[in-house]
Amino acid sequence: MTGYIIRRLAVAVIVTIGIAVISFLMLHYLSPSPVYTVLGAKTSPAAAAAWNRSHGFDRPEPAQLITYLGQLVRLHFGYSYKLGQSVSALFKENAGRSAYLTGAALLLSLIVAIPLGIAQAVRRNSLGDYTATAINFTLYSMPSFFLGLILIQLFALDLNIFPPTVSDSVTTTWQAFTHPLQLTLPIVTLAAINVASFSRYMRSSALDNLAQDYIRLARAKGLSERAVLFRHLLRNACLPMITLIGLSIPSLLAGNLLIEVLFNYPGLGLLFYNALGTEDYNILLAYTVLGGILTVLGNLTADVAITVADPRVRL
Amino acid sequence: MPPTAPEGGEVQIIASGWRLALREFLSNRLAVVGLVVIVFFVLFCFVGPLVYHTNQSLTNPLITDLAPGAGHPLGTDDNGFDELGRIMAGGQTALEIGFFASFIATVIGTLWGAISGLAGGIVDGVLMRAVDILLSIPYLLIVLVLATKYSATVFDESLIIGLFAWLVPARLVRGEVLTLRERDFVSAARVMGSSRARLVVRHLIPNALSVVIVNVTFQIADAILILAYLGFLGFGLQYPAASWGDMLGNAQQYVSSGYWWLVYPVGGCLVVVVLACNLVGDALRDAFDVRLRRR
Repeated sequence: MTGYIIRRLAVAVIVTIGIAVISFLMLHYLSPSPVYTVLGAKTSPAAAAAWNRSHGFDRPEPAQLITYLGQLVRLHFGYSYKLGQSVSALFKENAGRSAYLTGAALLLSLIVAIPLGIAQAVRRNSLGDYTATAINFTLYSMPSFFLGLILIQLFALDLNIFPPTVSDSVTTTWQAFTHPLQLTLPIVTLAAINVASFSRYMRSSALDNLAQDYIRLARAKGLSERAVLFRHLLRNACLPMITLIGLSIPSLLAGNLLIEVLFNYPGLGLLFYNALGTEDYNILLAYTVLGGILTVLGNLTADVAITVADPRVRL
Repeated sequence: MPPTAPEGGEVQIIASGWRLALREFLSNRLAVVGLVVIVFFVLFCFVGPLVYHTNQSLTNPLITDLAPGAGHPLGTDDNGFDELGRIMAGGQTALEIGFFASFIATVIGTLWGAISGLAGGIVDGVLMRAVDILLSIPYLLIVLVLATKYSATVFDESLIIGLFAWLVPARLVRGEVLTLRERDFVSAARVMGSSRARLVVRHLIPNALSVVIVNVTFQIADAILILAYLGFLGFGLQYPAASWGDMLGNAQQYVSSGYWWLVYPVGGCLVVVVLACNLVGDALRDAFDVRLRRR
């Protein structure tokens, strides 16, 4: 087990370095130097060259790359020349709100998807199963922002229950936490999209498990259907969800970005989106690399967690 | 004594795998509906404008944001373009980019996976680690970063979407090649002196094709979705060209202004086409499964 984890960590480090190298080279190709952001668009070429020289942007790419990797090891994500702040500080400021949005949506989607998948499997090929499958399939094929727009139309504009966007007064994570009305639509939208993909897997996993001997044994012992489903089926059928959640980091980040833009909710996604508009490449680079690292960590955690949760999985 | 005829059953022509798969596919009603929907939208977007003539290049400030009515069955948008005509034009670009991006992704992915699976050893290790690394970079983020510079033309958008979408087909094809290359017919071809190139092009790729075809349909669906995200976030085609996603770029304002005809028809088309692609993909996968089972 320890040997396995060490080997996986080594691979994860190599992959992370690869992510950083590729992201850096791509961003560097798109924008070799932030000089015109700092000194203004009308800067003379001589002044620009002098600034580049004094800030190290005139060095060959490999040298700059090595400097960048060195900074990354010390968790320096660079400096946002547009916002006049270090990227780490900006991330620290926004990460809590994004984590709250994504975490709450993930939790809600599991609370819905797990029972839904099991219910669909138990009553397979019933009208209810078909309806749920149809709804899930439609949501799965729907851009998340479009679902968000429909919910805004229904619950904010027509019924006037929730605000259409998150109010500008929500600036801290704590405020986001204490204003559930503001956050309901973003969380529900993000959760609904996750439910669409999670419940499909949950249904097929529950179906596989229902056909197993241990379920037949539990029933033969005379256990109530309730006990069979909640004591025996639930835990086994949930195992694939561990892997699924670990692998869903990129799609969670994407969903987070779109929902934050749609509802104007200040988090990492909105920060990234604004940086796209202002071509603030250090933020773009940092968030891409951070997303890559989270993806690697997600895969790693899922693989280790599944071996802990399921003793049948041998390394 | 005349030689006795060898014992044997009646000679039968075994239905080819492709025909079995086709029969299975056609027996799936949802899949047929999906296919009909795709064909309908291709005709609607590419033949429709020949029948339903609209001006999609010059703005007309006199007729902006008209509600659906006579002359404009789906109203007009904020530039005075007829919305129905715009949906046709936007669908053209969306479908073109969907097909083209998935074509790029499939060609690169198939070759990469086939080479990796066939070569084995260090080459396989290096090629697959590259796939691991690229797959760990969140797809939407990297496409958006590239879109800040390259999203103006159909070609650019197809390229940036396809350039990072070939990783999954590469893995699928490699897996398929790894099992195929142990089969007898591949050994036979090798013994007969097939070159590597011939082995890949004539034997491995055709047999891995079912996996690739299933993946293409999902690729198209994903590409159209990503394109919608790009458009919504403001990285669309060069004006006055537009794709369905671009038309939803101001959707928030449309919704709050009550211009429903600028949001729901185009969004509905988007969902229906993506749904149809996913249905066809699922059915194809089941159909090819049946083929494998009977073999």
